[in-house]
Amino acid sequence: MPAPSRPASSRPLSPHLQIYRPQLTTVLSILHRATGIVLSVGMLYLVLWLICVAAGPRPYHAFLAFHTGVIGRLFLLGWTFCLFYHLCNGIRHLCWDSGWGFELKSTYMSGWIVVGATVVLTLVSWIAGYAVR
Amino acid sequence: MSDLRTPLARARGLGSAKDGTHHWWVQRLTAVALVPLAIWFAASLVMLSGATYDQVGDWMERPLVMTFLILFVAVGMHHAQLGLQVVIEDYVHSEGLRIASVMLVKFIAVLAGLGGIIAVLKVGLGG
Repeated sequence: MPAPSRPASSRPLSPHLQIYRPQLTTVLSILHRATGIVLSVGMLYLVLWLICVAAGPRPYHAFLAFHTGVIGRLFLLGWTFCLFYHLCNGIRHLCWDSGWGFELKSTYMSGWIVVGATVVLTLVSWIAGYAVR
Repeated sequence: MSDLRTPLARARGLGSAKDGTHHWWVQRLTAVALVPLAIWFAASLVMLSGATYDQVGDWMERPLVMTFLILFVAVGMHHAQLGLQVVIEDYVHSEGLRIASVMLVKFIAVLAGLGGIIAVLKVGLGG
């Protein structure tokens, strides 16, 4: 039986990312980055809104036509979710930075709190938004 | 070899990025500032739901609103470009493309940030 060929490096290789079953901790970690990217684009959208307000009623209403349409509303819903997720998970990160909540059990607990708070805050803000109108 | 500093002294506080913990620290500083600012902005948007153009203008003219809006745009843009820089540095392996993308992100952040601030000032100071 031929000896199996040695890998190029004799050091142990860590399995590829795809091998791992997704866990709450890893999913929330990559979600923090993804929502951060979405919110960066959202900052440009915010600036566009401010510029349209400054430019006058006509540009503003052109913006509003998109913003209050189906795609615009879906954008805003996604942005709201990303904002509250990044906010809640960001606070979780700041706690870790202060050395708090690093145990596996508290990491999972704070993770589920972040998920719950994000869903609740997103729903509450949209219900309040429609109630105010 | 005229450097009298020990290797430890040279390395201390400076990682591979050669600016030590400054990037990390500013990202945290802006994150802490954005906690109240983001909550304020989200609450304001809820309050402005269904507002007319004049109502939005009246809201934006208030000095406190102008202050918070300018802070939100400036601090938010700064935090965003710091975060995007890390993402680019993690995933873009070609050095030239990496430097170019980081520069582009920073230029856009400054341009859009300044545009947003000037828009708020124009509305608030009666343009």
